[in-house]
This record gives sequence, structure tokens and C-alpha cells, in this order.
Amino acid sequence: MSFLTRRGWISAVVMALLAVLPPVFFLTGNAFYLDLATRLSILAIAAVSLNLILGYGGLVSFGHAAFVGLGAYAVGIPAHHWLYGGLDFLATTSGFVQVPLAVAVTALFALITGAVCLRTKGVYFIMITMAFAQMIYYLIVSIEEYGGDDGLVIDTRSELPLIDLDNPLQLFGLAYVSLLVAMLLVRMITRSRFGMVLQGAKGNEERMVTLGFNIYAYRLTAYVISGAMCGYAGALLGNFTTFISPEMMDWSRSGELMFMVILGGAATTLGPVLGAIAFIVVEEILSSFTIYWHLPFGLMLMGVVLFARGGLMGLLRGRREDGE
Amino acid sequence: MNAVLDISGLNKSFGGIKATDDLNLSVRAGELHAVIGPNGAGKTTLISQLTGMQKPDSGRIRFKGRDITAMAPYSRAHLGIARSFQITSLILEMSVLDNIALALQAREGHSFRFIRPAHALTRLRAEALALLDRVGLADKADQPTVALSHGEHRHMEIAIALASKAELMLLDEPMAGLGIEESAQMVELLRGIKGRHTILLIEHDMDAVFALADRISVLVYGHIIATGSPDEIRGNEAVQHAYLGEE
Ligand SMILES: Nc1ncnc2c1ncn2[C@@H]1O[C@H](COP(=O)(O)OP(=O)(O)OP(=O)(O)O)[C@@H](O)[C@H]1O
Ligand SMILES: [Mg+2]
Repeated sequence: MSFLTRRGWISAVVMALLAVLPPVFFLTGNAFYLDLATRLSILAIAAVSLNLILGYGGLVSFGHAAFVGLGAYAVGIPAHHWLYGGLDFLATTSGFVQVPLAVAVTALFALITGAVCLRTKGVYFIMITMAFAQMIYYLIVSIEEYGGDDGLVIDTRSELPLIDLDNPLQLFGLAYVSLLVAMLLVRMITRSRFGMVLQGAKGNEERMVTLGFNIYAYRLTAYVISGAMCGYAGALLGNFTTFISPEMMDWSRSGELMFMVILGGAATTLGPVLGAIAFIVVEEILSSFTIYWHLPFGLMLMGVVLFARGGLMGLLRGRREDGE
Repeated sequence: MNAVLDISGLNKSFGGIKATDDLNLSVRAGELHAVIGPNGAGKTTLISQLTGMQKPDSGRIRFKGRDITAMAPYSRAHLGIARSFQITSLILEMSVLDNIALALQAREGHSFRFIRPAHALTRLRAEALALLDRVGLADKADQPTVALSHGEHRHMEIAIALASKAELMLLDEPMAGLGIEESAQMVELLRGIKGRHTILLIEHDMDAVFALADRISVLVYGHIIATGSPDEIRGNEAVQHAYLGEE
């Protein structure tokens, strides 16, 4: 314990590079790479959140993009009313209102939908989480005031003291620090007694119930935490893109988050971040050649699942530690 | 007579099969009560109804005078009912120690505790190690459960049941699949537990049953056809006809 494990070293190096390289690119005139890293960090927060449920909880949620989208609209809708009037109680550009709103709305949505979804198992759980996400998708599409499926432009980014989100470096800084906090938070939760119950229920439901754990309540709690963290990521994403649309909540977006978690290495601290990096890199390289870039990504995922159990993290940390 | 467990008129069918048929059984405080019966007699189904994993079609289950027939499975554990499984049911991807520690954790009220690492709780670890020591697995504590042998898994099942400090332990064929030597170890282990907990023991191994049981009930086609001391059961004609005689 006196020194970092191999796993710890890999995490430290990857996270240090992610902190240093993008600003260096920016300051040497390659602003594009900073933007890429900001988007990467935000998506990684969503993937880290999903990992709590999917990796540690063993619950395949296929609707997590809905939380990201709702979080983004919790920034966009108040900003929209601030500019165009209406719904005065909601109209604001203050980040101190928008971000807590994003977290609260997604936590509530997770509580309500989770309460239903977690009554089901396996394939049914996958289907119903996806169904709830599509429901929100169509709800937003149907609201013309917020642009329907044309989407909504966020004219003014969230206003916060000390941090100016219009400054790309500062926005990246916020996203990066948020990612670090999210990783540490999930790590702390999964190592706690709560986390042991969550992982125990993934391993053997009947045993956990027989021991006296109300696994439904534990899973629902994890689902709410995961949803709220994704909502926070959504609030950042809205501020980053300044354009939001229901497309953010499409099931394929949920699928991408799942890809990141599984590809990178489910139930590991760094895995979802590696998955997000792989996703962004592949997307950037391949989408310039073909619009069917999802196909190679899918093949890559299959390769990792078939030949490298434990995802990219499993590959990196080597075979010997596999039992860990 | 103070019955810890009192089952009356219990019925359970799977389609056309009557797995539990008007079953009446009373288990006294502190006794080791064995239930024997041929394959498919409904022994495991009985246990599953006691822990709540299966719902009876009709009948009553009382634990310490309280009707628990419709109680949620996880709540029954808190009242003091523990179970070991005929088909080993462990969390294979966790370490041996963590499996036991979770059982200890379950006893301590809710686990909505998010901050301190579970592994830092030295009290839980020490108690789990002591239990592993009792079943002879202390040196395997940090191994992944999946790496242990079948016999070791059977011992883990007992350690988990012990960890719960349950008043009533429901043990479903703890010797299932064990060799002669391992079975003998298990008998010794159960002998050590006997008297400290009320035990409902399901077992095919007749030597073990007659060596350990205070009372024996015989289950045939979901119905208890006789209950009595080991001697009474040995001498019971109906039992010999239905069950023992066939051996
Ligand atoms: N979930 C189920 N669905 C359908 N039938 C079942 C189910 N569980 C048990 N049965 C049937 O109920 C009967 C009793 O099964 P049970 O497992 O309780 O027997 P058992 O006495 O434990 O047998 P064994 O000695 O082989 O463990 C059997 O005929 C079995 O096939
Ligand atoms: Mg059985």
C-alpha cells in the first residue's frame, strides 16, 4: 500500500496527460484539441456514472442518455426564458440555479423510472430503461417552444462566480476537475459498505436477499446517484455545445455510453475514461472517412469483449492481476 | 412446548406437481430437527417457502409466534432466519473474506453507508476471519471464492449461516457432493454448532442424520408422514415402507 499499484500508476499517468496535453495544444494554437478534450471529459463523467449501475451494479441501463439530455435542458430552458420571457420563476442564467436544477430533475426522473425499471430483470430492464428514455425524447420533440426536434440554442452559458464558461480553458478545467471528482466519488461509493452490497447483488441476488439485504432499495439508490451524476454531465455538455436537441437522448447515444463503459473496462475506476478516449479518437478518425463509423466501433467492442475480458483496462493492467 | 418455527397446512404446487402437501411441522427451540425424504419430496421447496423466496399457495408459517407467511424475504433474515443452500450460492467474484463480511454487515442494520471503505472496518474483518478459522478456511480468506473447491464452498455456506448469528438455521443438504472425509468434517462442524442455534437440517446422508438429530421428520410427496426421535423413526413401519426400506 506504500506505493501505487500498477493500476494506480496507469490511472495517474492517463489523468495527468489528460490534464496537461489539451491546454498545451490550446496554447500552441490547436484549439480544436482542447474542445475535443472538454467533450471527452464530459462524456467520461457520464460513462463513469453509468459504470456505477452497469459495471458495479450489473444493471444494463440502456437509457442513460436521457439523463444527460435532461441535464442539458435544465440549463437550456431557464436560459431560453431568460432571453425570451415567459415562466419567470424559471428564467435565469445563474449556474447556481441551473446546475442544481439539472441534478434535482435527473435525480427525480431516476427515482421515478428506477422504481419501475428495477422491478424487472435482464432483457426487460434493458427494454424499459430504453423506453423511458425514448419517452423523454418524444416529450422534448413535442414541445415547440423549445425548438422540438430542431433543438435549442443556449445563447448565454451558465454564469458562475470566478469561472467564465465562455473561456475554453476554464470550461475544460471545470469539466476535467468534475471528472476527477466523479471518479473519486464512484470509487468511494463502490468501496463502501453500500458498494459491497451493490456488487454482492450483482454477483448473487438470492444470496443477498437471504442475508437480509433489500437489494431493490440499494439498487434504486445507486440508480438515482448515477442518474443525477449524468444530469450534471448534461449541464456541462449544454454549456459546452451551446446547442441542445432531443438527439442527445436518442437510444444510440445511450448505446455509446454503454460502449465506453464496456470497452474501457466495466467496474474499474479508469475504465470508462479509457472507453471515452477510445470513443472520441475512433469517432474523430473514422467519421472523416465514413458516416458509418459506428460499425468499426462496434467491431472493436466485440473484439475487446471476446479477446480481452475486462476491456482496455484489463489489457493495460496485464493478465497476472486479473484475479484482483 | 415452545416452538421457534410452526408450520401449519402449507401447500405449494408447480403446475400438476404438489411439492408441498398439507405440511405441518413444528421445530422446538434449540433442537436439531432433521427432515429426510426421497429426491423430489419437496425439501428444498419447503426451505424456500420458509425464507420467502417462494410463496406458498396456502397455509401459515409462524416464527417465534409471529406470522411471517407473507413477509418479505429480506425481513425474515432480520428476524433471525438464515439459510445454507443445497446448490452452493456464493458471490463467486468476491473474496472468501468478503462473502463472510457481507453476511456480518447484513446483521448490522442498513448498509446505506457510502464513505468509509468496507475493507477498513477491522472489526468486520476480524470477526469474518474468526468464522473462517472455525470452518478451517482462514488461510484462504483473501482468495477469490471461485478458486476454492466444492468442499470448501460447502464450508463457506456454513460460515455464512453462522455469521448471521441467526436463531434458526435452515441447512439444505450441507454434505451434498462431499467425499467421506469431508462429510465427517462437516458432521463435526455441525455437532459444534448444535445446541447454540435451532437447526432445521435437510440431509440425505442417513449416518449424519442419525448421529446429529434430536428429532427427525420424514417428508414424502410433500407431506410429513412421521415425526419423532431417531429411534422412533427407525422403528416406524410407514417410514420403512415409504423410504428407509427402499435403500
Ligand atoms: N421452480 C420449480 N418449478 C417447477 N417445479 C419445481 C420447482 N421447484 C421444484 N419443483 C418440483 O417440485 C418437487 C420438489 O422439489 P424439491 O427441489 O423441493 O425436492 P427436494 O426434496 O429438495 O429434492 P432433492 O432431494 O433432489 O434436493 C420436484 O418434483 C421438483 O421437480
Ligand atoms: Mg433439495
